[in-house]
Amino acid sequence: MNPASVGIVAPQRAQFTEPLTLACGRVLEDYELVYETYGQLNARHSNAVLVCHALSGHHHAAGYHSAEDRKPGWWDECIGPGKPIDTNHFFVVSLNNLGGCHGSTGPVTLNPETGQPWGPDFPSLRVRDWVHSQARLADYLGIECWAAVIGGSLGGMQAMRWALLYPQRLRHCVVIASAMRLSAQNIAFNEIARQAIQSDPGYAGGHYLAHNTLPAQGLALARMVGHITYLSDGAMANKFGRDLRSGSLELGGEEGAEFQVQSYLRYQGSQFSGSFDANTYILMTRALDYFDLAREFGDDPVAAFREARCSFLVLSFSTDWRFSPRRSREIVDALIAADRPVTYAEIEADEGHDAFLMPIPRYLQLFGAYMQRVRENR
Amino acid sequence: MRLDLTHIQRWIEPGSKVLDLGCGNGEFLQLLQQEREVRGLGLEIDPDKITAAVARGLNIVEQDMDAGMDNFPDQSFDTVVMAHALQAVHYPDRVLDEMLRIGRQGIVTFPNFAHWSCRLYLGTRGRMPVSRFMPYTWYDTPNIHFCTVQDFEALCEERGIRILARDMVGNTERKPLLASAWPNLFAVTAIYLISH
Repeated sequence: MNPASVGIVAPQRAQFTEPLTLACGRVLEDYELVYETYGQLNARHSNAVLVCHALSGHHHAAGYHSAEDRKPGWWDECIGPGKPIDTNHFFVVSLNNLGGCHGSTGPVTLNPETGQPWGPDFPSLRVRDWVHSQARLADYLGIECWAAVIGGSLGGMQAMRWALLYPQRLRHCVVIASAMRLSAQNIAFNEIARQAIQSDPGYAGGHYLAHNTLPAQGLALARMVGHITYLSDGAMANKFGRDLRSGSLELGGEEGAEFQVQSYLRYQGSQFSGSFDANTYILMTRALDYFDLAREFGDDPVAAFREARCSFLVLSFSTDWRFSPRRSREIVDALIAADRPVTYAEIEADEGHDAFLMPIPRYLQLFGAYMQRVRENR
Repeated sequence: MRLDLTHIQRWIEPGSKVLDLGCGNGEFLQLLQQEREVRGLGLEIDPDKITAAVARGLNIVEQDMDAGMDNFPDQSFDTVVMAHALQAVHYPDRVLDEMLRIGRQGIVTFPNFAHWSCRLYLGTRGRMPVSRFMPYTWYDTPNIHFCTVQDFEALCEERGIRILARDMVGNTERKPLLASAWPNLFAVTAIYLISH
């Protein structure tokens, strides 16, 4: 096993029986969260780091579930011995959010009232619901104050919400490729994804599990659209160009041609639709759309961030157009005006929004340098 | 530590808020945090220097001061420092105005282009001076706005900027008698404390 890997890890479950009142007003009587941990919690419980996942993420952020696993967890580039979130020093907690489809209570788990999967009747969630449930997980694990709460994209929104809702419970907030709220363009892409799913006959109004159907095509289409927005024009040009997978563009024949990018997208779509739940996808895109950090602060992000007590690291990537550097600058400017400690860098990277998952040297060095500071409690 | 930086410290109140424009690898800001317990923020655009400064535990924002500093509220810092960057910005006059909008006081250091050695170099060789302090060729240099002690003071006068104190550093570590008496001729580095 690679010495920079956390190695073989196993998910754990935490059961919560105290009812959780959600932002929508409904109450979850009890629920389960699936999570993984990497590294050792120290005696003072001061080295715990919470990793919040993005739209299609889950608890398996680092390491392998078995020796046969081909791919490690989704953020293995950043979590492990000697990596930016160094498991030689930090105790890392990564969970599957409420409403997820990888083991935590959500649309695919049984509604105790009906004995059937929740499906589309699962309560709609806001980012703050995730934060409150994560705080319960922190209580469960005996963590009074996180050394850092860290997230990319939708995960960054959770990290920022943590800073406002539980200012005493985190020392650092790391917000990567995120935004204080989505733009109209961003919401529009999410709407296409939802429409693709909901217009698939297999969706059956969201009750596909009960009907034994699946909106596989719709979910694949949703993922294809999303995937394009996570890449940059340049990244797609580098990866695929106009390369053909089959056929020819020669004149004088009616034979069609298939571009590499077509088959790649279809592969990504079908892989995803085989492993992700459509109702969860809809629920999570809505949580993204509805998130608005400063709404209840009179739309003033400066007033919002005055609630925070932690230090912030904000990172963006030059070719990310889904969560562009401009969105990160807005966060930074609000933090400066709110007189909060902030560090910001725009990382030069070709990979678009997906860059936050990639081993880009400057990104890893800077992230690691900041986490060193978190470790030394500066 | 560059000589001009150690001189500046005494003008900075302990526990105050300091913005360091072009903070480089953060050496000076770290010194201020250690010695003066300031709350510091550095602006820098060089990726490697940013990483080095963050590794020192400093708050650094990647921002080009030439592109404006509108995101900093009026009078939001006690002191705004710009060490050896005045000659490298596109609009030194605007940056000076911004410094004093953002900060109660400003501290500026720059290499004095009228130092006798520069004059001698230019006068005798007829070529742009290249020295230990100014190691760049004219065509490949970050220093696009060299000025002299007299130039700077004239600009301050024109802009209504008050010079509260100045310090001249000669080319020896000893007491800079010549540099103090005839700064435009003998100061290698000029250091100013300014305000509105």
